[in-house]
Amino acid sequence: MDDMGTYLYAVALEQDSAPLEDMTGIVGGPVRTISQAGLTAYVSAVPLTQFGEEPVRQSLEDLDWLGETARAHHRVVEAVAAKAPTAPVRLVTVYRDEAQIRDLLEQRHDAFVEVLSRLAGRREWGVKVYAVPPVASPAEEPAGDAAPSSPGTAYLKKRQASLRTREESWRQAAARAERIHDVLASAAVASHRHRAQDPQLSGRDERMVLNGAYLVDEARAREFGQVVEGLRGEGIDVELTGPWAPYSFTTPVEPVESEARDDTP
Amino acid sequence: MTESSPMVRQPHSPAGREPANLGDILERVLDRGIVIAGDIRVNLLDIELLTIKLRLIVASVDTAKEMGINWWERDPWLTGKNQELLEENRSLRNRLAVAERSRPALPEEEGTRERSREGEEPDG
Repeated sequence: MDDMGTYLYAVALEQDSAPLEDMTGIVGGPVRTISQAGLTAYVSAVPLTQFGEEPVRQSLEDLDWLGETARAHHRVVEAVAAKAPTAPVRLVTVYRDEAQIRDLLEQRHDAFVEVLSRLAGRREWGVKVYAVPPVASPAEEPAGDAAPSSPGTAYLKKRQASLRTREESWRQAAARAERIHDVLASAAVASHRHRAQDPQLSGRDERMVLNGAYLVDEARAREFGQVVEGLRGEGIDVELTGPWAPYSFTTPVEPVESEARDDTP
Repeated sequence: MTESSPMVRQPHSPAGREPANLGDILERVLDRGIVIAGDIRVNLLDIELLTIKLRLIVASVDTAKEMGINWWERDPWLTGKNQELLEENRSLRNRLAVAERSRPALPEEEGTRERSREGEEPDG
């Protein structure tokens, strides 16, 4: 077993842990639990040939690998979070063996318990707001003899003509996004603004003006959904995702330098 | 079993809920969740481990001050390294600049216009 590592997905309280029916994790290995000090870790075995430090560094270059791994990780975390307050662990956190995980649960016991108690009975919801530019009819062709030399020219001309309008609508949408965030935050226990996603990531052409995460009491989930619905309107598009495991509301289990990253804009 | 039945009992899930796309998942699993340091074999403590390619995608997109200014660079038409389009873009901009100079600029546009000049050369 020298060549196998133990991949950690999430931690929950032992009293809440439920059997995972045939759940498979990353690289298709069965997910199992390790319980220690009243906490349960959800893990699966992964080959270190793939999940050692160097191979992982290289694999991260591969967006397909990353996507597949992220989905598998997320699937396990979601399944656990559906049953109990769960502290999701950052992607690709791999230990040598079970003993190390037991040590972790012992040593960081209090921090885990604190995080889990804060998350109990709450789920994370994601709200993204996009600025929808005013629609210029795409069929509009410049008429007359001044026909452009190419479709590109026509396209650019039209875009340039509407640029100022777009900027204005963008500014308005951004201002609205601020207000929306305030409204949502007031319906939530905690909120966190993620960075706006690049179109490559969001898969949408419109600009994202808000990428918020909101920790909401389960009892208020429907109400929160209704608040989101009430925010829809002209000039913006609102997307609600969730419920998520509370990824955005976990803090480092010990002070590490990566905490500083939290404040980077 | 890939069921992820939400914990929240939703007789009717709120209208307009979107399925989690890969972008949302990546954002959370890479950038969020508990980060554990210590005696472990592999731990991506630092987002710096992420490659340039990935960082471009997960990169921060600054709000208003940058948005709309470098719009040309972000236009899918122009990011495809289409040289012809880039040339057209440039010549059109010149023509527009001429056109714009022929009318008085509104005061609050000044700053914007200055910055937009800096960012107007697409990197493609």
